[in-house]
Amino acid sequence: MSIFTRGFSGRGRDDNPALPPGQYLTEDFPVLSAGPTPNVDTDHWEFTITTESGAVHKWNWEQLMALPSEDIHTDIHCVTRWSKLGTTWRGVSLDTLFAEVETEYDYVMEHSYGGYTTNLPYEDIRDGKAWIAHTFEGEPLDPEHGGPARMLVPHLYFWKSAKWIHGLTMMKDDDPGFWEQNGYHAYGDPWQEQRYW
Amino acid sequence: MGTVSSTHAETPSGRSLWIELPDWPGNIAGQHVDVRLTAPDGYQATRSYSLASSGSAARVQLAVDRLPDGEVSPYLVDDLQPGDMLEVRGPLGGWFVWKEEQTQPVQLIAGGSGVVPLVAMIRAHAASGSTAPMQLLYSVRTPEDRFFADELSALENVTYAYTRSGPTDARIGRLTKEHLASAVLPPGAAVYVCGPTGFVEAVASWLVELGHDAASVKTERFGGA
Repeated sequence: MSIFTRGFSGRGRDDNPALPPGQYLTEDFPVLSAGPTPNVDTDHWEFTITTESGAVHKWNWEQLMALPSEDIHTDIHCVTRWSKLGTTWRGVSLDTLFAEVETEYDYVMEHSYGGYTTNLPYEDIRDGKAWIAHTFEGEPLDPEHGGPARMLVPHLYFWKSAKWIHGLTMMKDDDPGFWEQNGYHAYGDPWQEQRYW
Repeated sequence: MGTVSSTHAETPSGRSLWIELPDWPGNIAGQHVDVRLTAPDGYQATRSYSLASSGSAARVQLAVDRLPDGEVSPYLVDDLQPGDMLEVRGPLGGWFVWKEEQTQPVQLIAGGSGVVPLVAMIRAHAASGSTAPMQLLYSVRTPEDRFFADELSALENVTYAYTRSGPTDARIGRLTKEHLASAVLPPGAAVYVCGPTGFVEAVASWLVELGHDAASVKTERFGGA
């Protein structure tokens, strides 16, 4: 149980039902990264899905752009407590990219240019829940926010939406990724406040 | 739950707080905590703050800069008094840390109140007797805006980059790539950069352009309210 903090009344109550517990609204788009922003050129960009059979499904930038893109209107929630409501993205659904992929494994590791990794269950990137996003608010995605393309898995805390996405590897077990090894929760549901382990 | 034991004005807009935490498990230099404030109607606001302290002692030191539009930082800077209770959770974060078994040279680069976790590293480094070289480049608006000014002034391996005003013999203005190149250790050093997002983005990119391996540059940014 918590006790009251002497003399603290708080600012306006953000009693917006779109705001998960412990989050506050921001109009900015803050950045959370562990290191320098990698310079990823679309001429050499490549995205792969690797399965347990060793099969590697590969797309270059041109091939990604030739796939149908969708508009995504969504709220995003960062573990560092800011939430940004009503953002608009454009990207390719993971359902489209997995259409020809055969796998029995239940977990996925996201790999980024720059070496960052993050893990999540396979079902969390299927059925219209995840995209490779290349456009933010009508503009090509900024490198600082993960451009040229990042994962977008908005129902989880935003560190699960890996910037500078390079590939997905199917995993038998839910092995921890980068932040998950460094204190953050394996799953990261903002509505359950799954911030840390 | 902790008890504020002392406060110290650090700058015109910031101060440091010592908090007694009987159950504190200790922390590594560079880690942070969540501070949660609770209003009489049950409303709660939580923010993360880096620790300037490390080790096993049952007390921690935070340093907080007042953000003009902030909700938690103005309370911590202006209202909190010694004897007040404060809910603190941590330690948090296992990435932006320095451990005494690290033997490579260390370059610390701070923007504004981003110096706080780097001060924890400087103190831990001194306490450990580590022979690894460690130096700090501290970008700050004016000399009056320096956190832990007295403590840092007593050290040799600290250089300042003043962005607004400073001593007459100092170069004044935003840090540039050239200034950075002349003020930091060469590639091969472990580099820690902490500050506002724009500062960290610029510095980290320049470091890579100057030949630093991206994997050896650790960053921590702050923003929000």
